[in-house]
Parts: sequence; structure tokens; C-alpha cells
Amino acid sequence: MVIMSPEPLLQLRDISKSFGAVRALRSGQLELRAGEIHALAGENGAGKSTLMNIVDGILQPDAGEILIDGQPVSVDSPAVAQGLGIGFVHQEIALCPEISVAENIFMARTAQSRRRLMEGHALVTAAQEVLAPLAYIDPRLPAGALSISQQQLVEIAKALTLNCRILIFDEPTAALTEHEAQKLFSIMRDLAARGIGIIYISHRMAEIFENCQRVTVMRDGQHVMTADTSDVTPADVVNAMVGRKLDTLYPPKLSGPRQAEILRVENASGHCFRDVSFSVYRGEILGFGGLIGAGRTEIARGITRLEGDAKACVHLEGEPVTLRDYADCISKGVVYLSEDRKGDGVFLDLSIAANVSALDLRRVAGRFGVIDKRREAGMAQEIGETLRLKAASMAHRVASLSGGNQQKVALAKLLAVHPRLIFLDEPTRGVDVGAKAEIHAILRNLAEQGVGIVVISSEMPELIGLCDRVLVVSEGYLTGELSGEDLTEKNIMTLAAPGAGAGKRT
Amino acid sequence: MIATTQHQSLLSRLFGARETGLVLIIMVLFLAMTFASPHFLTWTNMRAMAMAFSVEAIVVVGMTILLISGGIDLSVGSVTALAMVIAGLLFLAGVNPWIASLIAIAACAGIGAIMGFFVTVVGLHHFIVTLAAMVIARGLCLLGTGGRPLGLFELPDSFKWIGIGSIGPIPVAIVVFLVTVVVFDFLLRRTTAFRKVFYTGSNERAAAYSGIRTKRVLFLTTMLCSTLCGVAGIIYMARFGSAQPTFGVGMELNVIAAAVIGGASLSGGKGSILGAILGAVLLSLVSSSLALLNVSVYWQDIIRGSILLAAVTFDHYLVKRRAAGGRA
Repeated sequence: MVIMSPEPLLQLRDISKSFGAVRALRSGQLELRAGEIHALAGENGAGKSTLMNIVDGILQPDAGEILIDGQPVSVDSPAVAQGLGIGFVHQEIALCPEISVAENIFMARTAQSRRRLMEGHALVTAAQEVLAPLAYIDPRLPAGALSISQQQLVEIAKALTLNCRILIFDEPTAALTEHEAQKLFSIMRDLAARGIGIIYISHRMAEIFENCQRVTVMRDGQHVMTADTSDVTPADVVNAMVGRKLDTLYPPKLSGPRQAEILRVENASGHCFRDVSFSVYRGEILGFGGLIGAGRTEIARGITRLEGDAKACVHLEGEPVTLRDYADCISKGVVYLSEDRKGDGVFLDLSIAANVSALDLRRVAGRFGVIDKRREAGMAQEIGETLRLKAASMAHRVASLSGGNQQKVALAKLLAVHPRLIFLDEPTRGVDVGAKAEIHAILRNLAEQGVGIVVISSEMPELIGLCDRVLVVSEGYLTGELSGEDLTEKNIMTLAAPGAGAGKRT
Repeated sequence: MIATTQHQSLLSRLFGARETGLVLIIMVLFLAMTFASPHFLTWTNMRAMAMAFSVEAIVVVGMTILLISGGIDLSVGSVTALAMVIAGLLFLAGVNPWIASLIAIAACAGIGAIMGFFVTVVGLHHFIVTLAAMVIARGLCLLGTGGRPLGLFELPDSFKWIGIGSIGPIPVAIVVFLVTVVVFDFLLRRTTAFRKVFYTGSNERAAAYSGIRTKRVLFLTTMLCSTLCGVAGIIYMARFGSAQPTFGVGMELNVIAAAVIGGASLSGGKGSILGAILGAVLLSLVSSSLALLNVSVYWQDIIRGSILLAAVTFDHYLVKRRAAGGRA
């Protein structure tokens, strides 16, 4: 490639980072020039976010060099990163919901400033100026009163006030509408024209090829390629991202005619979703695709009574059932695996055995509700073996396990009650490649045994590789069903795009 | 991976030995005091010490279970006093003392239920709700008695027996305490109902996502703690032969300190009855030792506070080391 400018704005050389036994990053490389928009692409878990968190001082690298203007620097904390002119717009929104938009925008600057008093009215005017090109948002409103996409725009405005030379955007368009995204791109182009270097994390090919000059691809924690977007095709980038034949990575799909129905949901409506109807058949793995925030999680949690008071007509193996609450749902054999493993999937402080028995303690208890510890450990051991859980003892705390093994404990918890149907929300998030393939094989195996499997995933390759049939959700509506040859990334994206459900709404 | 697991199990064994550690400290202190003061190792002193802490230790049991479920109760001192006042007033009004006591304990359970309601249904924080209850219960005590202790000289001996009587050489109050400890230690460790207390305190959302009705758990642990305060209050009344409206001021801090020294965590999910009782023994031993050695009361508070801080700091480092060793 061309290296014309003498000193690139930012260089990352051979950055590595491990979390315990998991090597999140082996050799992270990136070179950012002043005035360019540089795409950073890769599958989830490829190490993009880890690398960027190192640049922003949130994480410290185990090895490697960071150079700014050719000078090696050490970024010990986000405050140091700010001092070096690095700004980061995170994918997760981190605003204080109770305080005003204006105060949120200038939070970082307030922390830096030596002035002890907040500026009041001047702050509101300044916030208006920063927000104006992005959207009309009243800076006096509390941040919590805004929609998710507006909050995302406030996050972006926050970064813009810091007078950065390097700006990192981590999948900012995931929560934005098409119109808002276009505005964001035009601002990014203005910033680049002023000589600011922008790193743009995304796995949407269209966005990358429309807006970025160069693209760097990462896979499994390693740098794979860097190229001018004019020199390569989207297919090249996707191949570099995936790097292997998808088909060999996933267990074989279902063949033969459709079998008996396990679950039928009719006209489910609730918080964030409307008129959702679908069926799950014996032997198949059903996928739910769509953008983050489209309502997939809400559908699963609504039907299982974990959240909100959804209205739905539910049939289990042909029988109409009423699900009162989640405990009732468990007793009828319908369970849910949470997307947030550490937040609500497992009890990190408790032993593996105590985790596995949590859904139905009666299975390990004798008379008068006295727990039989040996039976409890035995049950955990037995299910653990079928899942190939790697742990020396069932008495160990779950916190001591790797992400993949923690996820197996979360799954073992559900399997302990012999469920008829499992909703799995992002079942392989934060799990390394090996354990991921194991989990996929386990799910396929369960499906073959007749357990209904519903997988919610934001990873396209997972949906396409694992599922027999995929339902796409957009803005709370089911916008389509894909299977066989039609099950492609392009078709899912088309159906997932905001507005795809417009026809259905009338 | 293997190295990490071994490291882990060594530390968890250390941690499981928290009770052993406390026993060792208590033994050392005990030996030192035996040499330091001739009045220490006497039957009278031992009995007085055991009596002093055994009733409060019943409250420690309730508090520990509540802490494990993720709650806290600041009202224990005033609710204990309120049990005395209610039973005392009813007795003076001519009610049989046993029935008066049952009514008083039920009233305490009722206060626990009201606090539980505000925490689980209204959704307020335990700290705030129980702080309010602490002040209100104290106010009720003072209102009911006009601020003066109620002399209950007419209490029959058969009733006073639970406060001052003995079964063989062992005072009844200590028997009640031992039974409470043994029963709740077993329940907490071995039964499904109390396992749910650990689940709820360890991670309330994960518990809810396991089908556990976490609000019901929190409601019941709050109510249990107040009920045990009621039991303690009745034993105190039988012992003192009076109902004291100002009794138990500051008791909550002692009780929480004992539970925390014994391994309970204010963020829930952790703790044991045995540990908490050993914590209570340690605090009580330190107090009476300092008194025997004629150390000023003001120093006693400073030393007890320091013990609490040392125990919590120790815990904090243990947890941090464990987290660092266990993230593999």
C-alpha cells in the first residue's frame, strides 16, 4: 500500500492482550492517517473493541507499541487518552440519565477544566451549537428522557466537544435510523476534512465502502489485512473477516420434512413488539435476526413472562397454556438463556453445583426441602459432562471459569429442568471460537433430541450457519421468514432495516 | 488452567476457614485475658458474658439472613424495645404475659411485613425504609410509656424463668439462643427455601431469571429479622422485669458489625450463622475484657470500630485476590 505522509497520526504495532486464558488480541495492528476515515472490520470477538479500548486507555496492553505522530506513548487511562486528543464514542451508551443533555455533553470537559463552577446558561447555548448539525435535541432535557438513537447522538456530540485529533466510533449506527446515520456520516466527512483521523468500527459493508478511504480487517485477535476501499470488493473484506468456509464450522442442518409443532405463539404484543406470531417445530433450530434493539430480546422475555405484561396466545405441543410468571413458565418447560451472562445468567459468587440446581431445587432436595449436597453435585457433574464443562470440581465458584465454561454453566442450569423449549439470547457472546463451536454442536444435539431451540443472535454468520429458519424482527414487527437458499446476510439486512416493517403496520 | 484451579481451591479453603480464624483469635484473646485478670475465668463472669450477648445474638441470626438476601435492617434496636413495651403494656392491662408476648412478637412480625411491603412492592431501598421504621418504632415506644420504663414486678416467676431461669446449669436464655443458632444454621445451609436467600442476595436478576420470586424472598427475610427481634425483646423483658423504651439504641450497628466480621457482605449473597455468632462472641469478649481491664468506655468504641474495619479490609483483599486469580 501507499505510505506517503511521513508520520501517520496513530500507529498500533503488535498489540496483544489476554484475559486470563483467553487471548483476545494476538497482534493488533493499525495505522491511521490524519484526515482519513478508516474502517475497522471483523466479526464479534475479533478483537476490535479490545484494541480500541487499549487506544483509549481503558485497557492496558500486555505487549506492543502505540505511536502518535511517530512518538511512542503510553495511554494509562482514559484521562491520558483525552490529553492526547483521543475521543471514543462507545457502542454502549454511558450517559447520566438524571442530568441534562448539556451537562452530559460537557461532562468530560468539566472534569478537565480548572473552573469550579458550572457555566449554566452558557452551557446550554454551547450544547445547542454542538447538537445542531446532528439533530434537534433540547439540551435542557434530562438525558434519560431521550430515545436510544437520540442518546447515541448525544454521545457523539460529547466526543465532538473534546477537540480530538483521533476519533473512534464503535458501531455508532447500530442504534440510529438511516436518516440519522446519513447526518453522522456527513459530520464525519467534515471532521476528516479538518485533518482529524477517524476510526470507524462496523461490519456493514455498504457503510464502509461508501464512507471510508481504507479498511483494516481483524480476525481472532489478529490483523488480517489493510487496504484502500477502492482496491478491494466487499466480498474480499467479508472473506477476510470470516477467513474460513462457514459451512465446516457449523453442525449439519436439519433435513427431512417438518415435524410436530412444539410451541405456537399467536398475536403476541408487548413492550417494544406488536402482533408477533410464530411456531417452533421439533428438530429445528429457529433463529431470530435483526438489529440490536429491534425487539427480539423483548419478544423472548415477554413470552416467558420475565419482562412486561405481554399479551400472547401460547400453545405448547398443541395445548393452549397460560404462563403466569417465569416460575410457571419453567414448570411448563419453557426456559430463557439471558444475553447478559454475568448480569443475570449465572451466580458468579456461588458454586457450579448451586448454579445448576437454581431453577428447580426440588430436584436435589429430599423430604422437608433439605438439600442433598451429593445429589446436587452429582446432577451438576452429569450435565457438566454432557456439555464438556471444564472444571476441576463442582464446588468451585463460577467466577473462576472462562467465559465459554460460564456459558455452559448457564446452559446447564436450564437443562437441569429438562426443558421442552429454550430461548437462547446471544448464546455465544463473549465466548471463544472453540467453545462457540461446542455450544453450536450442543444446541443441534438438543434439537435432534426434540427440544425446541430458539436462538436470538446479532451475529450473521451464526444465524446463517446454525439456524434452519430465521425470523427477522424490525422495530418490533416480524418482517419476514428466511430459510434454505434465501437465508443470506443480504436478505436478513434488507428485512432488518428500519422501515422494513412499514407495510405490516397498516 | 490447572494451576489456576489449585490456586483457587487453596484460597477458597482459606476462606472457608474464616470461622476457624475467628475461633483462633477468640482463643488467643481468651488465654490472654485469663492471665491478665483473675476475675476473667470465673463462672460468674463467663455466665454474665454469655447472658450479655446471647439475646442480642438471636437478632444477629435474623440480621445475617437478611444481609445474605441483600437487605439490611436498621430498626432492630427499636423493634426489640417495642416488643418489650407492647408486651409490658398488655401485661399491665391484665393480659396473660405469655399471650401478651405472642401478641408483641406478632406485632414485630407485622412491622417487618410493613417494611417488606415498602421494599418489595413500593420499591424503596431497605436502608431508607428501615431507617424510617427505626425512628417510628422508637417513637411508639416513647409514646406508649411516656418515656419512662414500665416496672413489671408482678410478672409471674414462671414467665421470668425464660429470662433468668436455668435448665440444669445453663441459663434458659442461652438455651434459646443455642437452639435458634443450630436450627437456622441448618436451615440456611441445607434447605431449598433458604438456598433461595443466597440466590437472591448473590444476584437478584439472575435469581429472577431462574424463576425465583425474589421479592417474596426479600419480604420474608425482612419479616423474619423483625420477628426474631420480637423474641429477643420478650427475653430481655423477662430478664429485666421491666420494659425499657430506650433499650437497644445503637444495637443495629453492633449486630451488623458482628455479621460482617463473621463473613456477611453488605452486597448480599455471602455469610453464615456460625461466622456471625463468632463475630458477636468476639465483639462481646472484647467489650467485657476491656471493662475488666478498666479501659475507658470511649476506648472500647474505638477498638470495636477498628476490629470491624480490620475484618472488612481483610475481606476486601481476599475477594480482590480471588477475583484476580479466578478470572481465567
